[in-house]
Amino acid sequence: MTTPNLQIREDGRLRHFLSIEGLNHNLLTEILDTAESFTGVAEQSVKKVPLLRGRTIVNLFFEASTRTRTTFELAAKRLSADVLNINVSASSAVKGETLLDTLRNLEAMHVDMFVVRHCDSGTAHFIARHVLPHVTVINAGDGRHAHPTQAMLDMFTIRREKGLDFSRLTVAIVGDILHSRVARSQIHALNLLSTGEVRIVAPRTLIPASVESLGVRVFNDLREGLQDVDVVIMLRLQRERMQGAMLPSENEYYRLYGLTEEKLSVAKPDVTVMHPGPINRGVEMDSQVADGPRSVILQQVAYGIATRMAVMSMAMQQRAVQNSNEYT
Amino acid sequence: MNTPRIRISGGRLIDPANRIDQLLDLYIGDGQIVAIGNTPDGFTPDISLDATGLCIVPGLIDLCARLREPGHEYKASIDSECRAAAACGITTLCCPPDTDPVIDTPAVVELIRHRAQQVAAARVVVLGALTRGLNGRHLSEMHALKQAGCVGMSNALHPLKSTLVERRAFEYAATFDLTVFLHADDMALSAGGCIHEGRISTRLGLPGIPEAAETVAVARDLALIEQTGVRAHFCRLTTHRAVRMIARAQFDGLPVTADTAMPYVYLNEVDAADFGADYHFIPPLRTLEDRDGLLEGLRRGTLSALCSDHRPHEPDAKRAPFPATEPGASGLDTLLPLSLKLVESAQLSMTDAVARITVGPARILNLPYGDLGVGRCADVCIFDPAASWYLDEAQMHSQGKNTPFRGWEMPGKVRYTLVDGRIAYAAGIQ
Repeated sequence: MTTPNLQIREDGRLRHFLSIEGLNHNLLTEILDTAESFTGVAEQSVKKVPLLRGRTIVNLFFEASTRTRTTFELAAKRLSADVLNINVSASSAVKGETLLDTLRNLEAMHVDMFVVRHCDSGTAHFIARHVLPHVTVINAGDGRHAHPTQAMLDMFTIRREKGLDFSRLTVAIVGDILHSRVARSQIHALNLLSTGEVRIVAPRTLIPASVESLGVRVFNDLREGLQDVDVVIMLRLQRERMQGAMLPSENEYYRLYGLTEEKLSVAKPDVTVMHPGPINRGVEMDSQVADGPRSVILQQVAYGIATRMAVMSMAMQQRAVQNSNEYT
Repeated sequence: MNTPRIRISGGRLIDPANRIDQLLDLYIGDGQIVAIGNTPDGFTPDISLDATGLCIVPGLIDLCARLREPGHEYKASIDSECRAAAACGITTLCCPPDTDPVIDTPAVVELIRHRAQQVAAARVVVLGALTRGLNGRHLSEMHALKQAGCVGMSNALHPLKSTLVERRAFEYAATFDLTVFLHADDMALSAGGCIHEGRISTRLGLPGIPEAAETVAVARDLALIEQTGVRAHFCRLTTHRAVRMIARAQFDGLPVTADTAMPYVYLNEVDAADFGADYHFIPPLRTLEDRDGLLEGLRRGTLSALCSDHRPHEPDAKRAPFPATEPGASGLDTLLPLSLKLVESAQLSMTDAVARITVGPARILNLPYGDLGVGRCADVCIFDPAASWYLDEAQMHSQGKNTPFRGWEMPGKVRYTLVDGRIAYAAGIQ
């Protein structure tokens, strides 16, 4: 079965932003360039541009989130949009209203964009397939599938730190790849931007089946995996993993995969250390590293706003053009 | 019983049970096959069916069809699905016990039989629950269920709580010479999964079901079958390794049979790569290698039946994010055409294809159907092998329109279906 790419309009521009997979090098670069142009907004005395004035954006979160939701909210507000935050708790889903009913009700309020987070992989795609033609969907994380805006802000961070050319970079992603939507999106983004080598480092219980098919080199040993890397991205380890017989203990995980200054010494001297947050200090990362000079973890958060502004404005701007065409 | 005398003339009679595949006339009276070939003395037909250019096969037997009644009538009913079955050339439907209430008492068996008799289209046989309420802990009253007419025992897709319960259930079923129908699934390995664990589950971030969920269960079940001597049937195998294990067990003389379902011989994990809910199956669609292994199993007869694994749904069941949708496809409408398509694509011979949907399942169920020998029950399907059509959900006979084969070109169109010597369906006449 071939379905047209849901995310891309016929003219090749962004329609929805659901996953990195299915986009191309040019679009990714355009997002990064646009994000670059928005970084100045936060430094202005009036931190706003009028690009999305009069638009209504709904943050539709079926899963708890502070960081992602607040940066999306700030991004929307800095674009002058009206923002509605809806946290659909598990309890109201239990009441029997289907996802589609929730969606239809909100659409009836003339919403222009949904920013969606949900625990089921494929939810953003599902919603994008069912929304009215003028509504844009942005994926803010679906199950273990994708978290494309996080990946883009990470690419933005890497570009700021290492320059435009990704082909000479070696990037290692360390930790729970199996359950990570962030890792999946990062891997696609890094490969689309022609990164020299993408590595993943984890014990075998945390590596998904046939992961090589995503275009990565697999390492089980942290020291080997960090050898001469330019960028290391640490992933958050969920405490539940101990219950699921994925790992014996946080202690052993920290001993083997926790990032310390000492383990980092085999990387390039100017290695950049990243983490999508929130960090478990002393589990996946030592505080010395997290707060050290090579860490860009706080910059990532700041760049998150600019990147999300870029994605939102690109997906919506196109609509403005389309609408004006309708009247000519 | 006043059943008509029927002559079916000029058609190609394909009866794998009796190794017949040639142009032969068929004579029916008193609900039975009276003669094949020459007109018996004194036979004057009440009805003559001209089958020139058509194929005559035993009525199809679908080894697994959920009719959704009792309990889930918003999906389908015995009425809707028995009529649909007849229109699709299916004369016997075998219904698993996971209805609501569960088929664990003679009363539920009686209810289903009664409803099916009222409809008077296809025949319905049922599997009784292996454990009470399918709870996996307490044995059901298997003797009573057998007396009530259950053709075997199954725990459907529900797990047995321990290997001890499994052993006891096998022993108890063997006491009454009942066949146990097993879904090979190690629940701990498959828990939470909704797609084959492999490249696609990794890409989509969907929780996977590893191949070992099936093979581990087959190995465990085979050991207990050997220990207890129970006759067992493995339902809906999906992996080539499991097929090999069954072939080995059959070679060793264990009383085991196995089947697979139509989606698994046509589709694979890649079909779900777009989060398409129509491709959500439990057990999941596997790999191309597995599909080839299943076809090989069907050719060799390791898999002696091919079923629809019919699971009709209301539209809403498939309108949700992939993991939240209900698995399975409506399969009655595609059982015959997709079997014929395997012949078209030279995957199976006509004899084997027909056998897997007639006498194969009949023998597994230990029923005297699927055979057009003289004296046998006159369950007959007459179809036009040259007809070609496109599957359009609006034209589907089943109440469930959920199918992954939408838009596919299908060979073969049913003209007549006879159940017990009565015309249960005639194309164009309703």
